[in-house]
Amino acid sequence: MTLRMGAALVALAGVLVSAYLWLYKVGVIGTLACGSGGCETVQLSPYSRFLGIEVALIGLLGYVGLLGLALLSLQPRFAAARWPVTALAVLSGAGLVFTLYLKYLELFVIGAICRWCVVSAVLIALFFLISLLEYRRVRRVTA
Amino acid sequence: MAGSRESLNRFYVLIGAVLVVGVGALVWMSSRPEGPTSVPVATAIQPADTAGFAGYALGPESAPVTIVEFADYQCPACQSFEMVEFPYVRERLVQSGRVRFVYKDFPLNQHQWSRLASHAAACANDQGKFWELHEAIYRTQPEWSVARNAGARFRELAQQAGVDLAAYDACMSSLRYAGRISAMAAEGIRLGVGSTPTFLIGNRLYTGVQSYDRLRALVDSLSPAAPTP
Repeated sequence: MTLRMGAALVALAGVLVSAYLWLYKVGVIGTLACGSGGCETVQLSPYSRFLGIEVALIGLLGYVGLLGLALLSLQPRFAAARWPVTALAVLSGAGLVFTLYLKYLELFVIGAICRWCVVSAVLIALFFLISLLEYRRVRRVTA
Repeated sequence: MAGSRESLNRFYVLIGAVLVVGVGALVWMSSRPEGPTSVPVATAIQPADTAGFAGYALGPESAPVTIVEFADYQCPACQSFEMVEFPYVRERLVQSGRVRFVYKDFPLNQHQWSRLASHAAACANDQGKFWELHEAIYRTQPEWSVARNAGARFRELAQQAGVDLAAYDACMSSLRYAGRISAMAAEGIRLGVGSTPTFLIGNRLYTGVQSYDRLRALVDSLSPAAPTP
């Protein structure tokens, strides 16, 4: 398995986790398998929206975008192209910054931890790391 | 490094399998039963439904004035009263012993989740947590009123309010308070309540959100001995 394939799998996991949180948020899924109750506290807080949009929906769209880009980057014609990995690194980096902001809110403002949000944070951090490694590899190959 | 065509195809199969399993799990979770999703409106009211129950009350029975509120959990005006005015009423009129405040359900049929909310609050009342869940349900009204299964939200709010969920689930499944809710609504109709919130103070009905100042003035007029600040 290549790094890009790994990135696509991580993005798919992110799609499923964020879809789970979003479906809960819109009431399709009744209860979150969270264990602590922190997920509900976070999801029902005013901070579950950003600029009027559900954070879970932002996450879902972001992961769908990353998944699409990661799958596109798998095409043989983009094997040595820098732009797909640059785009993956930049977009996932932006996602990571947004995630860190959300973690700050959970820890210091809301005072509750949503385990599924932590899973999503780990996934975006992993995706960012993979895209950096891939970026370094492509730079070495094309240098 | 992009893989060879063969490894790429194998990877697509893997991605497809993960996607199918994941979507399947989401569909399964969204179709799981989550307890009752509605409370019947046409419930035969039994004497036992209202025996020993005269509404959810705060304040001493000896208070000189009783305010009875007929309200609907899904009614935005009722939420406005609950969030903006009621804290003052509770703190300055009820806690001072001047008012006994009684909450009665008057669920409007056009509101999908009102009766379920009333029933959730009634089940919390079994555990002495009525006012905690009552406040939480009103506070989160914008969230659950658009939900596809508000019952799950009420359950979470009950958990956050410290309600024992095993007893709560049993109570909700039994729908044991459906008759009591209908009895309160029927009482409101008998008295002339036609919209929510409506307040019965003395022998008069006051329709719509009543400000704390208005209620205080009414209470002062009915018990002028100790004017409230």
